[in-house]
Amino acid sequence: MSESRPRGSWLIGLSLLTAFCLTILPMPVEFEALRPQWVALVVVFWSLHTPERAGVFSAFGAGLALDVVSGTLLGQHALTLSLLAYLVVELHQRIRIFPMWQQTLFVWVLLLAERLLTLWVLGATGQPMPGLSYWLPTFLGLILWPWLSALLGDLGRRAGTL
Amino acid sequence: MSQGPEAASWRAADTARPNPVIAEEPTIKPLFVRGPSPLLRMIVAVILSLGLIIADHHYDHLGAVRSTLTLAAYPLHYVVDLPAHMVRDTQGRLTSAAELRARNAALHRENLTLKARLQQFEALEAENMRLRDLLGSSFNVGERVLIAEIMSLEIAPYRQQVMINKGSRSGLFVGQPVLDANAVMGQVIQTNAFTSTVLLITDAEHTLPVEINRNGLRSVAAGTGLSQQLQLLHIPKNADVRVGDLLVTSGMGERFPPGYPVARIKTVRHDPDNPFTTVIAEPTAALDRSREVLLVWTMDPALQQRAITETQPEETAPRP
Repeated sequence: MSESRPRGSWLIGLSLLTAFCLTILPMPVEFEALRPQWVALVVVFWSLHTPERAGVFSAFGAGLALDVVSGTLLGQHALTLSLLAYLVVELHQRIRIFPMWQQTLFVWVLLLAERLLTLWVLGATGQPMPGLSYWLPTFLGLILWPWLSALLGDLGRRAGTL
Repeated sequence: MSQGPEAASWRAADTARPNPVIAEEPTIKPLFVRGPSPLLRMIVAVILSLGLIIADHHYDHLGAVRSTLTLAAYPLHYVVDLPAHMVRDTQGRLTSAAELRARNAALHRENLTLKARLQQFEALEAENMRLRDLLGSSFNVGERVLIAEIMSLEIAPYRQQVMINKGSRSGLFVGQPVLDANAVMGQVIQTNAFTSTVLLITDAEHTLPVEINRNGLRSVAAGTGLSQQLQLLHIPKNADVRVGDLLVTSGMGERFPPGYPVARIKTVRHDPDNPFTTVIAEPTAALDRSREVLLVWTMDPALQQRAITETQPEETAPRP
């Protein structure tokens, strides 16, 4: 991997950095429960389209960085994101040829899995349990995925990442 | 990764053959991705994260690592906080002269009122100390205060935590009480050089020893996870608790200085399924509205002198 460094890796880093910023950006209290799982969406996108570069370990690193940035338990996001990336990397050939609506539904299931795993970590470490609004961001992710996919796809082709 | 060949080839198939000469071109994806399989990587990643979770949660071994890592995240925190900071700054610049004069007059009046009350307070404190001397239980509250600002960041979702813009460089330490202008807000749970994380009293994992100001009844105020609600634990059915009673810190936990207001009792209920009285209180501090917080050092005068000469903080205001 090291001898021919592929182009456009900076876009992966930049999109992750933007996702981190969006995750900790202050929002009005009413919209707080609606914050999409930005980092999960970006990680799913890159491990779907560039599995040879952004795989399980990159997702693990991104998760650790997110844990540090957002002050959650160290390893909490690292666990969920690396499992997510594993699922995507294993199934990426199939998901990539899905029609968009089917792909979006698959991503929604992944987002639900992320929430479920986080809930399990929260429960296992005795942290306070969130309410039902905890599941709302997955629906926002469902709406956002086609747009995010198109945007990152376009940027990726311009930057030569894809 | 084992899935590499087919994946990369159908994307690259229409552009080039797997030819060593053209393979130098940057547009072609590597056909055979080397390295361990995704399954193996996943297992390693999961074991690593579980180890980190356990180390961070159960053993608290990662305190120093965490504060170093948070320090590395400081630029990001700073950049995200910047827009809110600039909006406030602009608002400050756009304030009209009339508004400023009005605010100045209001502050002047408030200052006069407070000073008048302070005269009385000093006399009362001296009297209190004399009486305590007679009882043989005199104590000295040497306190130092530093003002910090809450950063506009959303950290730790579903927890009641905030990040403030002062850190160990200003002499903050883990366990330090945090107040706002009205009452107790919380305590510092993590510091690095420039920022600190504050656990608010309403967090579901925070409890605070309090007493009722009216009759000195001691209790423990536990957070509920809701921003405007505290619950008093283990209040007997026949206890003298009334709606509107003020709760102040009792100083029993030796973490918060005694006598600071905490909350006002909102509901007193006798639930049949609860062997104790259900008492709900509302924090007096504007937990979700405050911009500025006060950090308090409580220590005996000798220690205090040393701390002041060692870590000269930027803004100190001596408390009476």
